[in-house]
Amino acid sequence: MMQARDIPLLPRGVRLHYDKVRSTWVLLAPERAVTLDEVGHAILNEVDGTRSFGEIAATLAAKYNAPAEEIAKDSAGFLGALRDRRFLDVTP
Amino acid sequence: MTTVKPPIAMLAELTHRCPLSCPYCSNPVEMARQDQELSTEHWVRVFQEAASLGVLQLHLSGGEPASRRDLVPLVRGARDAGLYTNLITSGIGLNERRLAELDEAGLDHVQLSLQGTNPEMADEIGGYNGGFKRKMQIAELIGQIGFPLTLNAVLHRRNLHQLPRAIEMAQEMGARRIEVATVQFHGWALKNLDALMPTRDQAREATRIVAEARAALKGKLVIDYVPADYHDDYPKRCMGGWGTTGLNVAPDGQVLPCHAAQSIPHLTFDNVKSRSLSDIWHNGSAFNAYRGTDWMQEPCRSCERKEIDFGGCRCQAMAVVGDAAATDPVCIKSPHHGALQSKADEHATRDDAPLVYRQAPGKTADEPVG
Repeated sequence: MMQARDIPLLPRGVRLHYDKVRSTWVLLAPERAVTLDEVGHAILNEVDGTRSFGEIAATLAAKYNAPAEEIAKDSAGFLGALRDRRFLDVTP
Repeated sequence: MTTVKPPIAMLAELTHRCPLSCPYCSNPVEMARQDQELSTEHWVRVFQEAASLGVLQLHLSGGEPASRRDLVPLVRGARDAGLYTNLITSGIGLNERRLAELDEAGLDHVQLSLQGTNPEMADEIGGYNGGFKRKMQIAELIGQIGFPLTLNAVLHRRNLHQLPRAIEMAQEMGARRIEVATVQFHGWALKNLDALMPTRDQAREATRIVAEARAALKGKLVIDYVPADYHDDYPKRCMGGWGTTGLNVAPDGQVLPCHAAQSIPHLTFDNVKSRSLSDIWHNGSAFNAYRGTDWMQEPCRSCERKEIDFGGCRCQAMAVVGDAAATDPVCIKSPHHGALQSKADEHATRDDAPLVYRQAPGKTADEPVG
């Protein structure tokens, strides 16, 4: 589970890409392409390798005027799944 | 027929040349000669066409792609086209300078093949002395540069016992993924059914080892697994479905729905030299031959799994049953399933069978003969 102080980072070889043909954002990773919905894209857009998960969740909560706890829970699930697939690194 | 979705991945077989001669090589037995290979400019144009068509992932393969002297400009051209660029290599033909140039050109990922976990096994299977040692040096350099790495361990009866060590090696190399790929019997591997067919026990043991390692290494090492399908009850979803997800461009520019498609004799293939990639993908006769489900016979036609596995592998149906539209004989519903399993068990007993190595593509046509 992601902790508030964890710092998520897209490792080398994993990057956001706008797919013009399908008009959607995708996450490109080694031999995989993951289609992102708006929420997934919004979360990954905040991942910069310097800010903590807590800060990112707070930013998103303010931006989308949503309860911080709910945002944190949803983002933790999403980022945790990416981490399990080695598409995301996390430094505690 | 429903609308054709754009492909996600393209396998570019830059050349059929390779310093190794693995007996399970997926290249066709009839290989393209060097003088038939597409030029740098032509490949780059194909990459641009692929990106416009919707391809996201480009796999640069061969043969050995490092045998192309223009590998670095090809990678640069692919990245400029907007493609995620993956190099599928044995490591032979790379060195520190070339890897640095590939890094600078924007190469995204490296997939390194593993023929065995020690020099004795690896060099015998690859048919190349010193290949293992060289590969380990290249793996080290890949780690130093920081390329994301997938180790691709190709397994068969002779080396399946090395699977646990292969998984350890992937971790030691800092790989994020390992592909545990049991040999699929196409191309040269069909000449080595006796030498390479895993036993049923080996296949079962590999499945168990993979399941345990996946649990133990969750979040550390991702394991993709291609099981020994002759011993399975349901066929693989080959290519994610014919003409749905990926396409393959051969060294001479022929566009294939899969790398073994040339083994289906009645198919004809278009060439990027004379037709656009988009036109070939949407309208090419080979792509439409087994797209969707209309081509299916029984038992596929009425099967509830028909859109799960699309009847399995067309090339395997061709090779084993002699009919590319038949149900893949791996399937338990195929009338040939029992015979295939007995045949597999029999192949797996032939411990004295020699390896039949892949041969090099023919030399240039104008060379004097005899």
